[in-house]
Amino acid sequence: MRIAIASGKGGTGKTIVATNLAVALAQDDHPVTFLDCDVEAPNGHIFLKPEITHCETVSVPVPEVNETLCTRCGRCGEFCQYSAVVCLGNAVLTFSDLCHGCGGCSLVCPDGAIREVPRVVGEVEWGPAGAVRFVQGRLRIGQARVPPLIRAVKTHLPQTGIAILDAPPGTSCPVVETIRDADFVLLVAEPTPFGLHDLRLAVETVRQVKIPHAVLINRANPGGRELRPYCDRVGIPILLEIPEDRRIAETYARGELAIRTVPAYAGWMRALFGRMRHEALV
Amino acid sequence: MKEIVVLSGKGGTGKTSLVACLAALADRKVLADCDVDAADLHLVLAPRMLQREEFRGGKQAYILPDRCAACGECAVYCRFDAVRFDGPATQVVGKTYRVDPIACEGCGVCVHVCPAQAVELAPAVSGEWYVSETRHGPLVHARLGPAGENSGKLVTIVRNGARDIAEARSLDLVIVDGAPGIGCPVIASMAGASMVLGVAEATLSGKHDIERLAGLAVHFGIPMLVCINKADLNAEVTAAMNGWCRMRGISVVGSIPYDRRFSEAQAQGKSLLELGDGVTARAVRALWRETRTALESRR
Repeated sequence: MRIAIASGKGGTGKTIVATNLAVALAQDDHPVTFLDCDVEAPNGHIFLKPEITHCETVSVPVPEVNETLCTRCGRCGEFCQYSAVVCLGNAVLTFSDLCHGCGGCSLVCPDGAIREVPRVVGEVEWGPAGAVRFVQGRLRIGQARVPPLIRAVKTHLPQTGIAILDAPPGTSCPVVETIRDADFVLLVAEPTPFGLHDLRLAVETVRQVKIPHAVLINRANPGGRELRPYCDRVGIPILLEIPEDRRIAETYARGELAIRTVPAYAGWMRALFGRMRHEALV
Repeated sequence: MKEIVVLSGKGGTGKTSLVACLAALADRKVLADCDVDAADLHLVLAPRMLQREEFRGGKQAYILPDRCAACGECAVYCRFDAVRFDGPATQVVGKTYRVDPIACEGCGVCVHVCPAQAVELAPAVSGEWYVSETRHGPLVHARLGPAGENSGKLVTIVRNGARDIAEARSLDLVIVDGAPGIGCPVIASMAGASMVLGVAEATLSGKHDIERLAGLAVHFGIPMLVCINKADLNAEVTAAMNGWCRMRGISVVGSIPYDRRFSEAQAQGKSLLELGDGVTARAVRALWRETRTALESRR
């Protein structure tokens, strides 16, 4: 079962839930793979402390123009939808930051003057973290193209067992790339006005991608009651409420797992998994 | 005119809550919410919308089933895994190809390679952006459609919109509320700005991610300041962060305690400063004084 942990808003507790869930299930002898798809700010390693045994660079193809073969016909520039190739009179300029790597420019060039060269966007690293198989992507600083790196992380999805995908915050292409082909999306939300607003956006995104989903309310407190009426109205089950607890925040700050310091946490994670499995089947 | 961009690497460190406070403290400025994925600043600033514009982020391919001969060339050339063999049957073939609009990046390669001219590109409306007036001055903000593409492009539109207003009204400052991460929308909100204010949270994750953000600021040659939020959550991490910043020549311009009144303020649609004075409010005012001094010392 492939479970993606996502949220519209950042800092709602995706990584806390994802890492604790991974370890709690591994303790019950489930085969668990943890994939950190938040490649811009990957933090799962801080809590799982993996021993990285493998590292692979990930690159995207970007155009390189051979000036001697180029006849300045301008077709590449006309074709490119991203302004990554621009023809200005006597020069062809390429902007690899803007390139999506579609290969169109080299395809339309009648003179064979464009070839594709790799541009490194980041690394995929993996290795064991106790009983959990750990995989993460790390975007190189200054690189903008995130989806190809997430695709590379996801080539490590196991055929069987449990995969937990820690998604980046937001609602745009990196999130879609992470949750695509997941069996279930767990949306971690906090009971604040920002939390509710961004949960709505996340729900719209998950519904577009058409994946079964449910909500976990993190840092629940007696004051914040906004989320439940919304979830009831749109028919999204709330699978778990984790109470606001400064001990959990402090454990997180130190880079430790909550299941080690808050005794109830492991039980919550087991119950959560049972409910997610049930919801995914319904 | 100067432009300060509030970023954090990690999400949920308090960027928007602090920007709402800076909005109350700074004079003669325009606000820009460049977290177009999950924009929240308007929830505190209660904007009155003056202008609303459509955002066309890019294009999208679609296959005309009647013309599709099911040859599969489009699927062979598509680099985004966006072509599926599950389109409707025609009089000629039992199944046609179909473009998954979520995966399609609108490159047009399928249009080019289709021998039957069965694929077309159409502009995809993927959001809106707005110019509004608030109690703390003008705000430019946006909404990217669900599962939207090209958030970087929308960020640039919002930033340019805010700069245009600042110029037209001779205002001195643009305050940008940025997105989490260090990828495309963050790069779009940072490039060419006067200064980055990094809001770091006193957790190991917060430290890890602010260091990556600092690397990005160096990459683009933008000076950076750091404010440590929830500073009393872990004294060791706060000390380590201070040390790291000192080593890198980054000024730590503020230290804000972990304060649940930020959530209270949010619930009331206010900034923390509007709840009255206190230790945290004083820390926020000190943050702004330091930030303003640092901004003014730049040409």
